Amino acid sequence: MKQDRTLGNRLFDYTNHTLLLLLGIVTVLPFIYITAVSFTSPAEVAKGGFILFPKEFSLAAYRYIFSTSTLLNSLWVSIYITVLGTLINLLLTTLMAYPLSRPYLRGRKYIMLGVLFTMLFSGGMIPTYFVVNSLHLTDTLWSLMIPGAISAFNLIVLKNFFQQIPDGLEDAAKIDGCNDVSILFRIVLPLSLPAMATFALFYSVAHWNSFFSAILYINDSDKWPVQVWLREIVILAQSRIGDTSIEEADIQPLTIRMAVIVFSTLPILMVYPFLQKHFAKGALLGSVKG
Amino acid sequence: MEAKSVKSSTRIRTKERQANMSWKEFYKNRWLYIMLLPGIIYFVVFKYVPMYGIVMAFQDYVPYRGIWESNWVGFKHFERFFSEPQFWMLFRNTLILALYNIIFFFPLPIIVSLMLNEVVTERFKRFVQTLIYVPHFVSWVVVVGVFYMIFTTEGGILNELIFAITGQKIAFLLEPGWFRTMIISQSIWKEVGWGTIIFLAALSGVDTQLYEAARMDGASRWRQLWHITLPAIRSTIIILLILRLGTFLDTGFEQIFLMLTSTNRDVGEVFDTYVYVKGMTQAQYSYSAAVGLFKSVIGLLLVVGANQLAKKCGEEGIY
Repeated sequence: MKQDRTLGNRLFDYTNHTLLLLLGIVTVLPFIYITAVSFTSPAEVAKGGFILFPKEFSLAAYRYIFSTSTLLNSLWVSIYITVLGTLINLLLTTLMAYPLSRPYLRGRKYIMLGVLFTMLFSGGMIPTYFVVNSLHLTDTLWSLMIPGAISAFNLIVLKNFFQQIPDGLEDAAKIDGCNDVSILFRIVLPLSLPAMATFALFYSVAHWNSFFSAILYINDSDKWPVQVWLREIVILAQSRIGDTSIEEADIQPLTIRMAVIVFSTLPILMVYPFLQKHFAKGALLGSVKG
Repeated sequence: MEAKSVKSSTRIRTKERQANMSWKEFYKNRWLYIMLLPGIIYFVVFKYVPMYGIVMAFQDYVPYRGIWESNWVGFKHFERFFSEPQFWMLFRNTLILALYNIIFFFPLPIIVSLMLNEVVTERFKRFVQTLIYVPHFVSWVVVVGVFYMIFTTEGGILNELIFAITGQKIAFLLEPGWFRTMIISQSIWKEVGWGTIIFLAALSGVDTQLYEAARMDGASRWRQLWHITLPAIRSTIIILLILRLGTFLDTGFEQIFLMLTSTNRDVGEVFDTYVYVKGMTQAQYSYSAAVGLFKSVIGLLLVVGANQLAKKCGEEGIY
């Protein structure tokens, strides 16, 4: 809002703008620093000092990453579970949300109660592990996609969204002889594309960033997504420093560790413009109740 | 007598008709029910079967014998858990982290959104928002990794700086005393920017005429903030605070899991990480399921309680 241009107000605006700008810069500074170091030659980094722009540009760290099969392989695993996992999420969430959004459907209240209860109470890590294990999903990539196939929260938000679509469309389609499946896929979904895009983003970011289910369910390191390798290389290696039982050579140089961080974050930053636009809306979606 | 039998026969007929109706209705909506099926199976298999699996907390569960064959032991595992010294350690760690979170993290999104709200230039505001939302989208592994790279004593930029000034290095990552500071700083970096969204949405609903009227009456900027802006977001603040109280046992499992090392377990271990260590790495399945159940039940009570409290404060609850 506009304020009178008194000295005090101008001073306030000046300080406020400066502080906010500083806040913004400080927030992204670590990313810039790490990207810069990852592109700098190891010799230059060893000299120390604060690097915001690589003085001696070098791709050595990235050449190393792309020469190892483990990291490239984990990149494919991550892409695979993100794409396929998101498709499964969207399909199952939509299929369940649409019938629940029809007010005339008998029994929907009980199903909704059943869904809501899972948001408040859960079996916990150990019993869930045994269910996944007894279905023989452990050590397969399905264990990263199926156990979280529907988020109860997203389901409820999508159900509320479908409820806002006018009934008239459904009635007209039914008179024309459409069944419920074709109504959903031919009429309701095309009308919900922006919402579907938001959910696709929600789910895919969650898949890309998830690491714990892989630690829990997957022993075979060939099937680890990139986040798990990131933890191995950057965090675990670091906490092993000083542990004499570990060879010095197991700890990667700083530039490579930083390059792995960049490598695993880049896909998120590439879709960031979309994320920011849709997520900001999506973050408020939950406030609509029904 | 006659009247009675007539009555009962009509009742039977209505019942038949109802049964007929619901069968017809069911058939009419058969596609909708078929669509529901995969989702229902998902919730039953991955949410409700594990809930049933909780009974293993009352057994000495042996994987190859399964839930049907394992021996029942009653409350043995709970009794053990409550008498372990770790119980109070977990409770203390969880409570302190939650408290630090409310004191040091919670006010920040409010302050930042108030500052953003004072900005007149829309473009500058959006620019700052674009920058401060970024860390929300990266994984906890990246956040912790970035902190490791900056705070490590082995070439981390911050320690280089501290070394240049004081001639000493600080072991931020190994020293247990720094653990909570690290956890809260990471949360602040990752989520404060994102946390402003909900307050900014509430602020955008404020009628600008209120500010104009206040200015006419000679209200200073601070008075406008105090009498117009803050009341506008008061209910949002209250409900978020209550919700946070309701979920205080969930102290960021992934983040703490990543930050735990052999040196900081005494200050860092919380219920969920303890369940993981006991259950998955030490194979004490029943004991860790019991700990998990304890946590889930307390969590449920807290959420229900928080919801009641929110409703008492005249706010809408979460369900």
